Amino acid sequence: MNSLLRVEDIHKTYAAEEVLKGVSFDMAKGATKVIIGPSGTGKSTLLRCINRLTPPDKGRIWLDGEEITHSRGSINKHRAEIGFVFQSFNLFSHLTALGNVRIGPMKVKRMAKAEATKLATEELARVGLADKAGAYPAELSGGQQQRVSIARALAMFPKLILFDEPTSALDPELIGEVLEVMVSLAKEGMTMLVVTHEMGFARAVADEIIFMEHGVIAEQGPPAQLFTNAKHPRTAEFLNKISELYGETDG
Amino acid sequence: MIFRWEWLQPLAEGLPLTLNITFTCIAVGLGLGVFLALGRVYGGRPIRWLTSAYIQLFRGTPLLVQLFIVYFGLPNWGITLSRYTSAILALGLNTAAYQAEYFRGAIQAVRGGQMMAARSLGMTMSQAVRHIILPQAFRLVLPSWSNEFILMLKYSSIVYTITLYDLMGQGKRLASRNFRFFEIFVIVALFYLALVLIVTLILRAIERKIRIPGLGFAGEAESRRQRLFKRGRSVGAGA
Repeated sequence: MNSLLRVEDIHKTYAAEEVLKGVSFDMAKGATKVIIGPSGTGKSTLLRCINRLTPPDKGRIWLDGEEITHSRGSINKHRAEIGFVFQSFNLFSHLTALGNVRIGPMKVKRMAKAEATKLATEELARVGLADKAGAYPAELSGGQQQRVSIARALAMFPKLILFDEPTSALDPELIGEVLEVMVSLAKEGMTMLVVTHEMGFARAVADEIIFMEHGVIAEQGPPAQLFTNAKHPRTAEFLNKISELYGETDG
Repeated sequence: MIFRWEWLQPLAEGLPLTLNITFTCIAVGLGLGVFLALGRVYGGRPIRWLTSAYIQLFRGTPLLVQLFIVYFGLPNWGITLSRYTSAILALGLNTAAYQAEYFRGAIQAVRGGQMMAARSLGMTMSQAVRHIILPQAFRLVLPSWSNEFILMLKYSSIVYTITLYDLMGQGKRLASRNFRFFEIFVIVALFYLALVLIVTLILRAIERKIRIPGLGFAGEAESRRQRLFKRGRSVGAGA
Protein backbone atom coordinates (compact mmCIF):
# COMPACT_ATOMS: atom_id res chain seq x y z
CA MET A 1 0.00 0.00 0.00
CA ASN A 2 1.37 3.28 -1.20
CA SER A 3 -0.87 5.87 0.32
CA LEU A 4 0.07 8.07 3.27
CA LEU A 5 -3.46 8.17 4.57
CA ARG A 6 -6.08 5.55 3.99
CA VAL A 7 -9.58 5.98 5.35
CA GLU A 8 -11.94 3.06 5.07
CA ASP A 9 -15.67 2.99 5.73
CA ILE A 10 -15.84 5.54 8.54
CA HIS A 11 -19.16 5.76 10.36
CA LYS A 12 -20.10 8.18 13.11
CA THR A 13 -23.43 8.74 14.82
CA TYR A 14 -24.22 11.71 17.06
CA ALA A 15 -27.39 11.64 19.14
CA ALA A 16 -29.17 9.12 16.91
CA GLU A 17 -28.18 10.98 13.74
CA GLU A 18 -25.70 9.25 11.50
CA VAL A 19 -23.31 12.02 10.46
CA LEU A 20 -20.87 9.82 8.54
CA LYS A 21 -22.25 6.85 6.65
CA GLY A 22 -19.22 5.02 5.38
CA VAL A 23 -16.54 7.35 4.02
CA SER A 24 -13.46 5.93 2.29
CA PHE A 25 -10.60 7.57 0.44
CA ASP A 26 -6.84 7.44 -0.05
CA MET A 27 -4.22 10.13 -0.03
CA ALA A 28 -0.76 9.91 -1.53
CA LYS A 29 2.20 11.53 0.17
CA GLY A 30 2.51 15.17 -0.83
CA ALA A 31 -1.06 15.40 -2.11
CA THR A 32 -3.49 18.18 -1.32
CA LYS A 33 -7.14 17.22 -1.08
CA VAL A 34 -9.98 19.62 -0.55
CA ILE A 35 -13.26 18.52 0.98
CA ILE A 36 -16.28 20.61 0.08
CA GLY A 37 -19.97 20.21 0.68
CA PRO A 38 -22.98 21.78 2.40
CA SER A 39 -22.73 22.37 6.13
CA GLY A 40 -23.83 19.53 8.36
CA THR A 41 -22.56 16.83 6.00
CA GLY A 42 -19.90 15.62 8.39
CA LYS A 43 -16.81 17.23 6.87
CA SER A 44 -15.43 18.45 10.19
CA THR A 45 -16.46 15.24 11.93
CA LEU A 46 -14.52 13.30 9.31
CA LEU A 47 -11.35 15.31 10.02
CA ARG A 48 -11.77 14.80 13.75
CA CYS A 49 -12.28 11.08 13.26
CA ILE A 50 -8.95 10.88 11.43
CA ASN A 51 -6.89 11.91 14.48
CA ARG A 52 -9.58 10.60 16.84
CA LEU A 53 -10.41 13.87 18.54
CA THR A 54 -13.77 12.26 17.84
CA PRO A 55 -13.55 8.48 17.89
CA PRO A 56 -15.29 6.90 14.88
CA ASP A 57 -17.95 4.26 15.58
CA LYS A 58 -16.79 2.04 12.78
CA GLY A 59 -14.16 1.97 10.08
CA ARG A 60 -10.38 1.88 9.85
CA ILE A 61 -7.66 4.44 9.29
CA TRP A 62 -4.06 3.88 8.28
CA LEU A 63 -1.30 6.47 8.48
CA ASP A 64 1.85 5.66 6.56
CA GLY A 65 0.94 1.98 6.43
CA GLU A 66 0.21 1.71 10.15
CA GLU A 67 -3.32 1.24 11.36
CA ILE A 68 -4.17 3.91 13.90
CA THR A 69 -7.85 3.21 14.48
CA HIS A 70 -7.70 0.91 17.43
CA SER A 71 -4.22 1.49 18.74
CA ARG A 72 -5.39 2.93 22.03
CA GLY A 73 -2.01 3.42 23.65
CA SER A 74 -0.28 5.11 20.78
CA ILE A 75 -2.96 7.60 19.75
CA ASN A 76 -0.90 10.42 21.23
CA LYS A 77 2.03 9.36 19.08
CA HIS A 78 -0.17 9.40 15.98
CA ARG A 79 -1.72 12.74 16.88
CA ALA A 80 1.79 14.18 17.10
CA GLU A 81 2.26 13.08 13.47
CA ILE A 82 -0.98 14.67 12.29
CA GLY A 83 -1.23 18.45 12.42
CA PHE A 84 -4.64 19.97 13.03
CA VAL A 85 -5.60 23.54 12.20
CA PHE A 86 -8.89 24.62 13.74
CA GLN A 87 -11.49 27.01 12.39
CA SER A 88 -11.29 29.03 15.62
CA PHE A 89 -7.45 28.82 15.80
CA ASN A 90 -7.46 27.60 19.43
CA LEU A 91 -4.10 29.12 20.22
CA PHE A 92 -3.12 28.66 23.87
CA SER A 93 -4.21 31.97 25.39
CA HIS A 94 -1.58 32.07 28.12
CA LEU A 95 1.38 31.61 25.78
CA THR A 96 3.03 33.97 23.30
CA ALA A 97 3.17 33.11 19.61
CA LEU A 98 6.61 31.61 20.23
CA GLY A 99 5.35 29.70 23.29
CA ASN A 100 2.47 28.27 21.29
CA VAL A 101 4.76 26.92 18.58
CA ARG A 102 7.40 25.68 21.02
CA ILE A 103 5.26 23.83 23.53
CA GLY A 104 4.46 20.81 21.33
CA PRO A 105 8.09 19.93 20.55
CA MET A 106 9.08 20.58 24.19
CA LYS A 107 6.36 18.64 25.97
CA VAL A 108 5.47 15.95 23.45
CA LYS A 109 8.86 15.34 21.86
CA ARG A 110 10.94 16.32 24.92
CA MET A 111 13.03 18.69 22.85
CA ALA A 112 15.39 20.94 24.83
CA LYS A 113 14.11 24.47 25.31
CA ALA A 114 16.88 26.18 23.34
CA GLU A 115 16.43 23.85 20.40
CA ALA A 116 12.64 24.18 20.50
CA THR A 117 12.96 27.96 20.61
CA LYS A 118 15.17 27.92 17.54
CA LEU A 119 12.74 25.64 15.71
CA ALA A 120 9.73 27.75 16.72
CA THR A 121 11.47 30.93 15.56
CA GLU A 122 12.09 29.33 12.17
CA GLU A 123 8.50 28.14 11.84
CA LEU A 124 7.16 31.58 12.75
CA ALA A 125 9.42 33.09 10.09
CA ARG A 126 8.06 30.55 7.62
CA VAL A 127 4.52 31.90 8.12
CA GLY A 128 5.81 35.48 8.05
CA LEU A 129 5.45 36.24 11.74
CA ALA A 130 9.03 36.41 12.99
CA ASP A 131 8.34 39.88 14.43
CA LYS A 132 5.31 38.69 16.42
CA ALA A 133 7.10 36.00 18.44
CA GLY A 134 6.48 37.79 21.74
CA ALA A 135 2.81 38.68 21.11
CA TYR A 136 -0.03 36.94 22.93
CA PRO A 137 -2.94 35.56 20.87
CA ALA A 138 -5.26 38.37 21.98
CA GLU A 139 -2.79 40.86 20.53
CA LEU A 140 -2.85 39.26 17.08
CA SER A 141 -5.37 39.57 14.26
CA GLY A 142 -7.36 36.49 13.28
CA GLY A 143 -5.19 35.96 10.23
CA GLN A 144 -2.03 36.17 12.31
CA GLN A 145 -3.48 33.79 14.90
CA GLN A 146 -4.29 31.27 12.21
CA ARG A 147 -0.79 31.55 10.78
CA VAL A 148 0.67 30.93 14.26
CA SER A 149 -1.53 27.87 14.56
CA ILE A 150 -0.17 26.60 11.23
CA ALA A 151 3.38 27.19 12.54
CA ARG A 152 2.39 25.29 15.71
CA ALA A 153 1.35 22.33 13.57
CA LEU A 154 4.49 22.54 11.41
CA ALA A 155 6.83 22.51 14.41
CA MET A 156 5.79 18.92 15.08
CA PHE A 157 7.04 17.87 11.61
CA PRO A 158 3.70 16.26 10.82
CA LYS A 159 3.25 13.69 8.08
CA LEU A 160 -0.11 15.24 7.31
CA ILE A 161 -1.98 18.40 8.25
CA LEU A 162 -5.76 18.54 8.59
CA PHE A 163 -7.34 21.97 8.07
CA ASP A 164 -10.87 22.42 9.40
CA GLU A 165 -12.31 25.46 7.60
CA PRO A 166 -9.17 27.48 8.39
CA THR A 167 -10.47 30.74 6.92
CA SER A 168 -14.17 30.60 7.83
CA ALA A 169 -13.77 32.59 11.05
CA LEU A 170 -11.73 35.34 9.40
CA ASP A 171 -12.70 38.76 8.17
CA PRO A 172 -12.52 38.74 4.36
CA GLU A 173 -9.43 40.95 4.20
CA LEU A 174 -7.47 38.46 6.36
CA ILE A 175 -8.22 35.32 4.34
CA GLY A 176 -5.56 35.94 1.73
CA GLU A 177 -2.59 35.86 4.09
CA VAL A 178 -3.64 32.45 5.46
CA LEU A 179 -4.32 30.98 2.02
CA GLU A 180 -0.94 32.23 0.87
CA VAL A 181 0.79 30.24 3.60
CA MET A 182 -1.27 27.16 2.74
CA VAL A 183 -0.49 27.43 -0.95
CA SER A 184 3.23 27.60 -0.28
CA LEU A 185 2.97 24.58 2.03
CA ALA A 186 1.20 22.62 -0.69
CA LYS A 187 3.91 23.58 -3.15
CA GLU A 188 6.62 22.48 -0.72
CA GLY A 189 5.05 19.03 -0.75
CA MET A 190 3.20 18.95 2.57
CA THR A 191 0.36 16.45 2.60
CA MET A 192 -2.79 18.42 3.31
CA LEU A 193 -6.46 17.58 3.76
CA VAL A 194 -8.47 20.78 3.76
CA VAL A 195 -12.14 21.41 4.48
CA THR A 196 -12.89 24.79 2.93
CA HIS A 197 -15.26 26.89 0.87
CA GLU A 198 -12.38 28.69 -0.84
CA MET A 199 -12.82 27.52 -4.42
CA GLY A 200 -9.93 29.64 -5.66
CA PHE A 201 -7.63 27.73 -3.33
CA ALA A 202 -9.15 24.40 -4.39
CA ARG A 203 -8.72 25.19 -8.04
CA ALA A 204 -5.15 26.40 -7.59
CA VAL A 205 -3.60 23.68 -5.45
CA ALA A 206 -5.94 20.71 -4.93
CA ASP A 207 -4.94 17.49 -6.61
CA GLU A 208 -8.41 16.27 -5.94
CA ILE A 209 -11.68 17.62 -4.62
CA ILE A 210 -14.02 15.51 -2.55
CA PHE A 211 -17.65 16.57 -2.61
CA MET A 212 -19.49 15.32 0.45
CA GLU A 213 -23.20 15.32 1.02
CA HIS A 214 -25.41 13.63 3.63
CA GLY A 215 -22.49 11.84 5.25
CA VAL A 216 -21.10 10.21 2.13
CA ILE A 217 -18.70 11.13 -0.66
CA ALA A 218 -20.98 12.06 -3.56
CA GLU A 219 -18.20 12.66 -6.02
CA GLN A 220 -14.45 13.09 -6.14
CA GLY A 221 -11.97 14.04 -8.82
CA PRO A 222 -9.43 16.59 -10.01
CA PRO A 223 -10.67 20.22 -9.83
CA ALA A 224 -10.75 20.62 -13.62
CA GLN A 225 -13.12 17.69 -13.93
CA LEU A 226 -15.43 18.77 -11.11
CA PHE A 227 -15.60 22.40 -12.15
CA THR A 228 -16.23 21.75 -15.83
CA ASN A 229 -18.18 18.52 -16.05
CA ALA A 230 -19.35 17.19 -12.74
CA LYS A 231 -21.09 13.82 -13.05
CA HIS A 232 -23.38 14.49 -10.16
CA PRO A 233 -25.90 17.35 -10.73
CA ARG A 234 -25.73 18.28 -7.02
CA THR A 235 -21.96 18.85 -7.32
CA ALA A 236 -22.38 21.36 -10.11
CA GLU A 237 -25.22 23.06 -8.26
CA PHE A 238 -23.17 23.33 -5.08
CA LEU A 239 -20.11 24.63 -6.90
CA ASN A 240 -22.17 27.33 -8.60
CA LYS A 241 -23.78 28.40 -5.38
CA ILE A 242 -20.49 28.50 -3.50
CA SER A 243 -18.79 30.51 -6.24
CA GLU A 244 -21.61 33.05 -6.10
CA LEU A 245 -21.40 33.29 -2.32
CA TYR A 246 -17.67 33.35 -1.82
CA GLY A 247 -16.45 34.57 -5.16
CA GLU A 248 -13.23 33.29 -6.64
CA THR A 249 -10.57 34.17 -4.14
CA ASP A 250 -7.30 33.33 -5.76
CA GLY A 251 -4.89 31.65 -3.40
CA MET B 1 -12.31 55.72 76.18
CA ILE B 2 -8.68 55.03 77.01
CA PHE B 3 -5.68 53.80 75.11
CA ARG B 4 -2.39 52.44 76.37
CA TRP B 5 0.65 51.90 74.19
CA GLU B 6 1.67 48.86 76.23
CA TRP B 7 -1.39 46.97 74.87
CA LEU B 8 0.10 46.89 71.44
CA GLN B 9 2.97 44.58 72.27
CA PRO B 10 0.93 41.56 73.49
CA LEU B 11 -1.40 41.99 70.53
CA ALA B 12 1.53 42.11 68.10
CA GLU B 13 2.80 38.90 69.71
CA GLY B 14 -0.36 37.20 68.41
CA LEU B 15 0.34 38.23 64.81
CA PRO B 16 2.88 35.52 63.89
CA LEU B 17 0.43 32.76 64.85
CA THR B 18 -2.43 34.40 62.93
CA LEU B 19 -0.26 34.68 59.84
CA ASN B 20 1.17 31.21 60.30
CA ILE B 21 -2.27 29.60 60.56
CA THR B 22 -3.64 31.61 57.63
CA PHE B 23 -0.77 30.89 55.26
CA THR B 24 -0.43 27.23 56.20
CA CYS B 25 -4.16 26.60 55.83
CA ILE B 26 -4.31 28.44 52.51
CA ALA B 27 -1.40 26.35 51.25
CA VAL B 28 -2.93 23.07 52.46
CA GLY B 29 -6.26 24.12 50.97
CA LEU B 30 -4.65 25.11 47.68
CA GLY B 31 -2.96 21.75 47.15
CA LEU B 32 -5.99 19.75 48.20
CA GLY B 33 -8.42 22.12 46.47
CA VAL B 34 -6.75 21.83 43.05
CA PHE B 35 -6.68 18.07 43.46
CA LEU B 36 -10.39 17.96 44.37
CA ALA B 37 -11.31 20.29 41.52
CA LEU B 38 -9.47 18.09 39.00
CA GLY B 39 -11.32 15.10 40.42
CA ARG B 40 -14.65 16.86 40.05
CA VAL B 41 -14.03 17.92 36.47
CA TYR B 42 -12.05 15.03 34.99
CA GLY B 43 -12.68 12.12 37.36
CA GLY B 44 -14.86 9.12 36.66
CA ARG B 45 -18.27 8.91 38.30
CA PRO B 46 -17.13 7.54 41.71
CA ILE B 47 -14.39 10.17 41.99
CA ARG B 48 -16.76 12.93 40.98
CA TRP B 49 -19.22 11.71 43.60
CA LEU B 50 -16.59 11.50 46.35
CA THR B 51 -15.10 14.93 45.71
CA SER B 52 -18.54 16.45 45.47
CA ALA B 53 -19.53 14.83 48.79
CA TYR B 54 -16.40 16.18 50.44
CA ILE B 55 -17.12 19.68 49.22
CA GLN B 56 -20.77 19.55 50.30
CA LEU B 57 -19.80 18.24 53.73
CA PHE B 58 -17.28 20.97 54.47
CA ARG B 59 -19.29 23.78 52.97
CA GLY B 60 -22.50 22.61 54.60
CA THR B 61 -21.37 22.61 58.24
CA PRO B 62 -20.06 25.45 60.44
CA LEU B 63 -16.31 25.90 60.60
CA LEU B 64 -16.46 26.15 64.39
CA VAL B 65 -18.23 22.78 64.63
CA GLN B 66 -15.56 21.25 62.38
CA LEU B 67 -12.82 22.65 64.61
CA PHE B 68 -14.51 21.29 67.75
CA ILE B 69 -14.97 17.86 66.21
CA VAL B 70 -11.25 17.74 65.40
CA TYR B 71 -9.96 19.14 68.68
CA PHE B 72 -12.50 17.99 71.26
CA GLY B 73 -14.12 15.11 69.39
CA LEU B 74 -11.26 13.08 67.94
CA PRO B 75 -9.66 12.32 71.33
CA ASN B 76 -12.76 10.18 72.06
CA TRP B 77 -11.53 7.95 69.22
CA GLY B 78 -8.02 7.92 70.59
CA ILE B 79 -6.74 10.58 68.18
CA THR B 80 -5.31 13.47 70.15
CA LEU B 81 -3.88 16.30 68.11
CA SER B 82 -2.15 19.40 69.37
CA ARG B 83 -4.14 22.63 69.31
CA TYR B 84 -2.07 23.95 66.43
CA THR B 85 -2.43 20.76 64.36
CA SER B 86 -6.17 20.68 65.02
CA ALA B 87 -6.51 24.27 63.84
CA ILE B 88 -4.52 23.61 60.65
CA LEU B 89 -6.43 20.44 59.93
CA ALA B 90 -9.92 21.88 60.45
CA LEU B 91 -9.32 25.20 58.71
CA GLY B 92 -7.20 23.64 55.96
CA LEU B 93 -9.78 20.98 55.10
CA ASN B 94 -12.49 23.61 55.17
CA THR B 95 -10.82 26.09 52.86
CA ALA B 96 -9.88 23.22 50.52
CA ALA B 97 -13.59 22.69 49.88
CA TYR B 98 -14.13 26.34 48.97
CA GLN B 99 -10.96 26.57 46.90
CA ALA B 100 -11.97 23.41 45.05
CA GLU B 101 -15.18 25.11 43.96
CA TYR B 102 -13.34 28.19 42.76
CA PHE B 103 -10.87 26.06 40.82
CA ARG B 104 -13.61 23.91 39.33
CA GLY B 105 -15.27 27.05 38.00
CA ALA B 106 -12.00 28.33 36.57
CA ILE B 107 -11.09 25.02 34.94
CA GLN B 108 -14.51 24.87 33.33
CA ALA B 109 -14.17 28.48 32.18
CA VAL B 110 -11.08 27.63 30.10
CA ARG B 111 -12.38 27.33 26.56
CA GLY B 112 -13.00 23.81 25.26
CA GLY B 113 -10.87 24.37 22.18
CA GLN B 114 -7.78 24.66 24.40
CA MET B 115 -7.98 21.05 25.52
CA MET B 116 -8.71 19.90 21.98
CA ALA B 117 -5.74 21.81 20.56
CA ALA B 118 -3.46 20.36 23.24
CA ARG B 119 -4.62 16.82 22.53
CA SER B 120 -4.26 17.38 18.78
CA LEU B 121 -0.54 18.03 19.33
CA GLY B 122 -0.24 14.62 20.96
CA MET B 123 -0.26 15.73 24.59
CA THR B 124 -1.63 13.26 27.09
CA MET B 125 -4.58 14.32 29.21
CA SER B 126 -2.32 15.05 32.17
CA GLN B 127 0.14 17.07 30.07
CA ALA B 128 -2.73 19.11 28.66
CA VAL B 129 -4.07 19.77 32.16
CA ARG B 130 -0.65 20.72 33.55
CA HIS B 131 0.69 22.83 30.72
CA ILE B 132 -2.44 24.31 29.16
CA ILE B 133 -5.53 24.16 31.38
CA LEU B 134 -4.14 24.87 34.88
CA PRO B 135 -1.91 27.84 33.95
CA GLN B 136 -5.00 29.50 32.49
CA ALA B 137 -7.28 28.42 35.33
CA PHE B 138 -4.85 29.86 37.92
CA ARG B 139 -5.08 33.24 36.28
CA LEU B 140 -8.84 33.10 36.00
CA VAL B 141 -9.27 32.03 39.61
CA LEU B 142 -7.08 34.66 41.23
CA PRO B 143 -9.74 37.29 42.01
CA SER B 144 -12.11 34.86 43.75
CA TRP B 145 -9.20 33.02 45.31
CA SER B 146 -7.94 36.31 46.81
CA ASN B 147 -11.29 36.61 48.48
CA GLU B 148 -10.87 33.19 50.08
CA PHE B 149 -7.45 34.24 51.34
CA ILE B 150 -8.94 37.27 53.06
CA LEU B 151 -11.80 35.25 54.53
CA MET B 152 -9.27 32.77 55.91
CA LEU B 153 -7.29 35.57 57.52
CA LYS B 154 -10.42 36.59 59.42
CA TYR B 155 -11.79 33.08 60.09
CA SER B 156 -8.46 32.08 61.63
CA SER B 157 -9.60 34.12 64.65
CA ILE B 158 -11.85 31.25 65.77
CA VAL B 159 -8.81 29.29 66.92
CA TYR B 160 -8.92 31.32 70.15
CA THR B 161 -11.78 28.97 71.14
CA ILE B 162 -9.29 26.13 71.54
CA THR B 163 -7.01 28.47 73.52
CA LEU B 164 -4.52 29.28 70.83
CA TYR B 165 -3.05 32.73 71.35
CA ASP B 166 -3.31 34.25 67.94
CA LEU B 167 -4.21 37.91 67.49
CA MET B 168 -7.77 37.25 68.71
CA GLY B 169 -6.60 35.02 71.56
CA GLN B 170 -4.17 37.66 72.77
CA GLY B 171 -6.86 40.31 72.51
CA LYS B 172 -9.28 38.24 74.56
CA ARG B 173 -6.72 37.63 77.26
CA LEU B 174 -5.64 41.28 77.35
CA ALA B 175 -9.21 42.53 77.42
CA SER B 176 -10.20 40.27 80.33
CA ARG B 177 -7.17 41.34 82.33
CA ASN B 178 -7.78 45.05 81.83
CA PHE B 179 -11.60 45.06 81.66
CA ARG B 180 -11.34 47.30 78.59
CA PHE B 181 -13.25 45.20 76.10
CA PHE B 182 -14.39 47.92 73.75
CA GLU B 183 -11.03 49.61 73.25
CA ILE B 184 -9.00 46.44 72.98
CA PHE B 185 -11.32 44.68 70.54
CA VAL B 186 -11.42 47.79 68.41
CA ILE B 187 -7.62 47.68 68.28
CA VAL B 188 -7.78 43.97 67.42
CA ALA B 189 -10.22 44.81 64.61
CA LEU B 190 -7.84 47.48 63.29
CA PHE B 191 -5.01 44.96 63.31
CA TYR B 192 -7.11 42.58 61.16
CA LEU B 193 -8.09 45.44 58.87
CA ALA B 194 -4.45 46.36 58.35
CA LEU B 195 -3.56 42.73 57.59
CA VAL B 196 -6.40 42.44 55.09
CA LEU B 197 -5.34 45.63 53.35
CA ILE B 198 -1.74 44.50 53.09
CA VAL B 199 -2.72 41.08 51.75
CA THR B 200 -5.13 42.69 49.27
CA LEU B 201 -2.39 44.96 47.93
CA ILE B 202 0.05 42.07 47.57
CA LEU B 203 -2.49 39.88 45.76
CA ARG B 204 -3.43 42.73 43.42
CA ALA B 205 0.23 43.24 42.59
CA ILE B 206 0.54 39.52 41.80
CA GLU B 207 -2.60 39.69 39.68
CA ARG B 208 -1.13 42.56 37.67
CA LYS B 209 2.21 40.83 37.34
CA ILE B 210 0.92 37.55 35.92
CA ARG B 211 -1.78 39.16 33.83
CA ILE B 212 -1.82 38.12 30.19
CA PRO B 213 -3.61 40.10 27.49
CA GLY B 214 -6.93 38.53 26.61
CA LEU B 215 -6.90 36.05 29.46
CA GLY B 216 -9.07 36.48 32.49
CA PHE B 217 -12.48 38.04 32.76
CA ALA B 218 -11.19 41.60 32.87
CA GLY B 219 -8.74 40.95 30.04
CA GLU B 220 -11.46 39.42 27.92
CA ALA B 221 -13.75 42.42 28.28
CA GLU B 222 -10.85 44.69 27.50
CA SER B 223 -9.79 42.94 24.32
CA ARG B 224 -13.41 42.91 23.18
CA ARG B 225 -13.55 46.64 23.78
CA GLN B 226 -10.37 47.11 21.78
CA ARG B 227 -11.74 45.08 18.91
CA LEU B 228 -14.97 47.05 18.87
CA PHE B 229 -13.02 50.26 18.98
CA LYS B 230 -10.81 49.21 16.10
CA ARG B 231 -13.76 48.06 14.04
CA GLY B 232 -15.66 51.26 14.82
CA ARG B 233 -12.73 53.33 13.71
CA SER B 234 -12.23 51.52 10.44
CA VAL B 235 -15.95 51.80 9.66
CA GLY B 236 -15.70 55.51 10.41
CA ALA B 237 -12.71 55.89 8.12
CA GLY B 238 -14.56 54.11 5.34
CA ALA B 239 -17.65 56.32 5.60
